[in-house]
Amino acid sequence: MGIVKESGDYVLLMLDTFRRPDNWKMFKRQLFIDMRDVGIDSFGLVAFISVFTGAIIALQVSYNLDNPLIPPSMVGYMTREMVVLEFAPTIISLILAGKVGSRVSSEIGTMRVTEQIDALKVMGINPANYLILPKILASVIYFPVLIIFSIMLGLIGGLLAGIFSGLVSADDFILGLRSWYNPFTITYALIKTAVFAFIITSISGFKGFTVKGGSVEVGHNSTKAVVYSSILIIVWDLLLTQMLLV
Amino acid sequence: MIEVNNISKSFNGQKVLKNVTTVFEQGKTNLIIGQSGSGKTVLMKCCIGLHDVDEGEIRFNNRLFSNLPEKKRKHIRQEMGVLFQGGALFDSYTVEENVMFPLNMFTNMTLGEKKKRVDYVLEHVNLPGSNKKYPGELSGGMIKRVAIARAIVLIPKYLFADEPNSGLDPKTAEVIDKLLSDLTKEFKMTTVINTHDMNSVLQIGQKINYIYKGQLWWRGTNKEILTTDNKELNEFVFSTELTRRLKGNHYGT
Repeated sequence: MGIVKESGDYVLLMLDTFRRPDNWKMFKRQLFIDMRDVGIDSFGLVAFISVFTGAIIALQVSYNLDNPLIPPSMVGYMTREMVVLEFAPTIISLILAGKVGSRVSSEIGTMRVTEQIDALKVMGINPANYLILPKILASVIYFPVLIIFSIMLGLIGGLLAGIFSGLVSADDFILGLRSWYNPFTITYALIKTAVFAFIITSISGFKGFTVKGGSVEVGHNSTKAVVYSSILIIVWDLLLTQMLLV
Repeated sequence: MIEVNNISKSFNGQKVLKNVTTVFEQGKTNLIIGQSGSGKTVLMKCCIGLHDVDEGEIRFNNRLFSNLPEKKRKHIRQEMGVLFQGGALFDSYTVEENVMFPLNMFTNMTLGEKKKRVDYVLEHVNLPGSNKKYPGELSGGMIKRVAIARAIVLIPKYLFADEPNSGLDPKTAEVIDKLLSDLTKEFKMTTVINTHDMNSVLQIGQKINYIYKGQLWWRGTNKEILTTDNKELNEFVFSTELTRRLKGNHYGT
């Protein structure tokens, strides 16, 4: 019963969120601030994780393909497929659910308990539209950019790991990267990322917006925002894979 | 003028406001007083449209406001300034950006005009030159004054203040009271203040509404409150040593 009510409240909040902004100029300003907060501020973390994970994938693949019948270029090919299909869109989105989700939820939750949302409402501003919509748009626009960046760095990490470990040469790795390339895999990764971005910011915005109480509840709701977002990312990963790839 | 006609409000089956009828007069500081849990905050939240009323209606200068869809309330909302208990300033904005916010949202003023207006209201609340500070750098009294500046920047017809003195020392509280009273006179606003600070009651309470157990129990001025024979109100007003002494002096005992 709780889930049904919460889902209903979520839908109602989204209906309030997706309305025409009260003031386009202020909305655009808020959108750029949120692009910086949810997008640009995440570059460092995404870069660090992408390089290392790409390297780990390449090492594990080459360790598991220790067979003279399998060409060394397969390491590059398999690293690319794993990074593009799953690692970059899903794992990075799960990490962003933690970073961006908790930030959005706690920011809006704190605004709720300190009456800042009430202040917006009594001024005649739609607070859901003003606070949540720019965050959703910023993440749907920016997360795919982050994922492209992540894919590039993941592959560079894999290449460097292959070279420095001596398990695969640069030529073989690059040959693998260029083999059996299907451009739709990138489209698939970007579609997934946009859906995950919407899930993360809308769920986190909802959990922040509906905080009741004080700082303890803000913390609880931030945790719930990350947990719910992560669960939904995994569920939607399965659904989208089924719909788009199979 | 704000008319509150026979309003009731319940939460989870418990009636918090029971058939409250009163009038908040223009150009006067109208106070809502009462013990904690008496329903005075709920009454104010109904007046500013944060709660819908179960029964009755609220009218602003004869225009219905209660239980209307948000779209239809917008016009009246823009004539309203609200000072929240904690100030409710936007943490990530400077003082100037906070005060300028309603101007950005609802006017077509140029940046120069907006800056001029911000300076004007900040001067009114005795905070000139604090434009670039963030709320985190301000004291409790300064936060309240910035919040007042934001509430009056559109020169509203109606000003609401929820416990403006809570958490402030008596001297700063007096400054805030005087400020609200002066602004009310200067801009001829209908000011409604929710308080349980007896100093405010005696100093600026031109019209006082005493709420007791969700009902309007007594209505009068700050002079009448000292001589009333209303038992519950007397218990509330003279609950502190200071006011008991005041009463003693009043009657020459």
